[in-house]
Amino acid sequence: MSADPLSRVFSALADPTRRDLVARLADGDATVRDLAQPYDMTVQAISKHLKVLEDAGLVTRSRQAQRRPVHLEADVLDLMTKWIERYRRNAEERYRRLDAVLDAMADGTKPTPSTHTGDS
Amino acid sequence: MPTLTRETQIIVDQKVPAVRIIREFDAPVAKVFRAHIDAALFSQWNGPRGNEMRVDHFDCRTGGSYRYAIGRQNFEAWFRGCFHEVRPSALIVQTFTFEGMPDGVALERLVFEDLGDGRTRLTATSLVDSFEDRDAFVASGMEKGVREGYERLDELLAR
Repeated sequence: MSADPLSRVFSALADPTRRDLVARLADGDATVRDLAQPYDMTVQAISKHLKVLEDAGLVTRSRQAQRRPVHLEADVLDLMTKWIERYRRNAEERYRRLDAVLDAMADGTKPTPSTHTGDS
Repeated sequence: MPTLTRETQIIVDQKVPAVRIIREFDAPVAKVFRAHIDAALFSQWNGPRGNEMRVDHFDCRTGGSYRYAIGRQNFEAWFRGCFHEVRPSALIVQTFTFEGMPDGVALERLVFEDLGDGRTRLTATSLVDSFEDRDAFVASGMEKGVREGYERLDELLAR
């Protein structure tokens, strides 16, 4: 497993069941038994998925309560959202350069003369 | 003149390992298309800030191929792929490979949409073969991205 925490978050969320678990935990804390109910999976299988999410820091489990409800760490999800935002900004920055290129281009839609078609 | 250009939108698909980038331009579709198929124009805006694009070949037509390097100083990364389908002012379907990881390939689909009034919407979808690859792709080059993005933006706004 990668040492990089963000890669761990990304790969933890690469599985559809785990993404679904995260979506349901966004509504509030739940026990493993509650979480397992809608799936055609054993409680152990769900526990394994939760362990991956826990290792990635996406969820925590209360140590005190007997029911040990699973809690979503919203901050970690937030961090991933920020990464996507950075990716978006990089693309936006690239397209602002394209805006400038489009501004500088002649208005005609025909190919530009030879000075622009070469690999100069 | 107030700009009508809408900011880039990113859609990270939950069902397939794809990223979709949507952006609108205040330019006619033929012009936006030409800025993608003409190597001299494409190299003016492609790649991250502060990097030069060096073209080995760029034959943007159905069945054509491309190879170019992006880099600065002593470091260059080479990319290549095939133009699977090129339809004037409408569509480019191409493959994209980083030569440092030759087994990995993204399938890219660029759809050019005429919005009328000399405006264009570009929808670029990159599909890779695993969520891990997609996420690594989204996460790549992120460290300096924010700072450099703002610098570049400041420069453009100062023009």
